[in-house]
Amino acid sequence: MQFVAEVGAATERSVAYVGGLALLFGKSVRLLFFSPLKRSRLLQRAVHQAMAAGVSALPIVTLITFFVGVIIALQGAYQLQRLGAMQLVANLVSISITRELGPLITAIVVIGRSGSAFAAEIGTMRVTEELDALETMALDPVAFLVAPKFLAMAVMMPCLAIWSDFMGVLGGCVFGVASGSFTFGSYAIATRDALAAHDIATGIVKALVFGLVITAVGCQEGFSTGAGAEEVGRSTTAAVVVSILLVILIDLVFTTLFYLARGTA
Amino acid sequence: MAEPATTRAADPAIAVRGLRVQYGDREVLHGLSFDIVHGETMVVIGGSGSGKSTLLRTLVGLEKPSAGEVRVKGVDIAKASARALDDIRKKIGLAFQGGALIGSLSVGENIALPLLEHTTLKPTTIEVMVRIKLEQVGLSGFESYSPAQLSGGMRKRAAFARAMAMDPEILFFDEPSAGLDPITAAGIDDLILDLKRAYSMTIVVVTHELASAFLIADRIILLDRGNIAAIGLTQDVRESKLPRVRQFLDRVADTTQDDDVDHLRMYTEGIR
Repeated sequence: MQFVAEVGAATERSVAYVGGLALLFGKSVRLLFFSPLKRSRLLQRAVHQAMAAGVSALPIVTLITFFVGVIIALQGAYQLQRLGAMQLVANLVSISITRELGPLITAIVVIGRSGSAFAAEIGTMRVTEELDALETMALDPVAFLVAPKFLAMAVMMPCLAIWSDFMGVLGGCVFGVASGSFTFGSYAIATRDALAAHDIATGIVKALVFGLVITAVGCQEGFSTGAGAEEVGRSTTAAVVVSILLVILIDLVFTTLFYLARGTA
Repeated sequence: MAEPATTRAADPAIAVRGLRVQYGDREVLHGLSFDIVHGETMVVIGGSGSGKSTLLRTLVGLEKPSAGEVRVKGVDIAKASARALDDIRKKIGLAFQGGALIGSLSVGENIALPLLEHTTLKPTTIEVMVRIKLEQVGLSGFESYSPAQLSGGMRKRAAFARAMAMDPEILFFDEPSAGLDPITAAGIDDLILDLKRAYSMTIVVVTHELASAFLIADRIILLDRGNIAAIGLTQDVRESKLPRVRQFLDRVADTTQDDDVDHLRMYTEGIR
């Protein structure tokens, strides 16, 4: 019985947590459209966030997805070579990168860079009473801090995902050319033939949702920070761990849905 | 300085009735009732754990009362809509104990923030206003510094400037002189006295510094474990014969008697 009660309590907490994320998202969207603050200033803050969370993430996303592209091509070639199907390396790389690894790796990099930063920023502001100060200045912390982050991430995550798709494919291409099975031209054509628009689209939709989840978790963990510097560390850790878990779970759900949708189509 | 007593009945700036606040199961304030009238300086004193910080947070709507009500300029802030609460908050300023300046903005940007968000003033006008506010608190030329580059006392003063940015009708100070050296603390007392004289603002100060309290207050509330132990004109509280009041005042005097009395005399002789 004890066990059942514990499972029940944990379930309740999880549902409440996800409910909190949804509320935070809902409130932010409402405040984006009916902002009590000045729209121009809100956009300014969103651009600032987009620079920090999106543009500054480009170098690391570029490097990692390029290498992942090479790695997939290498691993694929290992098997495909035996079947004499080296031509299929381009298919393997392009589909696994655009549908899965591009958005997922982007999300994990962004969790490490920005999800943790959101939690640390808001958590520190909680500890130093800056959140209270914003409130007493009639600046709603959600409108002031969270809404611009959602906006920035909703724009930047799909952009980063597209870029990482490109870099992943480029990585595969470099291996393909180096292995002598392809020229740049033939690899490009093979990739074009292998990819359907919905491969890229599903990846981009996933990236968008990942971005929203990362923002919601990072900000919620920040707001729930208790007193003291140690608590900021705890929030930051929780933001990263919970974000990764949720992103993988959502990825599973989406991939299953897309798979089923394809089966019936 | 005798003004507050005569105007007390009419339309208080802040009216508190039967105010109770609790954190979880623990009640911190046990049914407080008092008025703060326009233009007076009310100082809330009390030891740590007396509930004075909670009282301040409740007055500005950061904590919700579990019973009773707080009316600021006639608006019940626990029941006010978000918009009505925002309207009230644009008319008040709160200087936090640690400053609570936004760390990602410069000192100047911190003070400009409420002006940029809530007014349609031109940036050049705001720049001038920021300069004036900083001059008032003796921080001219520190516009471009980051809050982290300032000392504790400077951060507090910058927070005063931000609290005053919107020319509020009611100013709240949380422990304005806590953790400061005596000279800086005296400077802050002077600053509050200046504000009081020059702008006849309603000022609410929460402090545990008796010397500072007696110097700046028109009236004093002594909080003791969530209850009002004494409320009245500064002079009356100081001379109160109530045992709990004496206990508080004397307990403080036990350790730092000489310093406090001297410090106090230095100021009071010049003013009263």
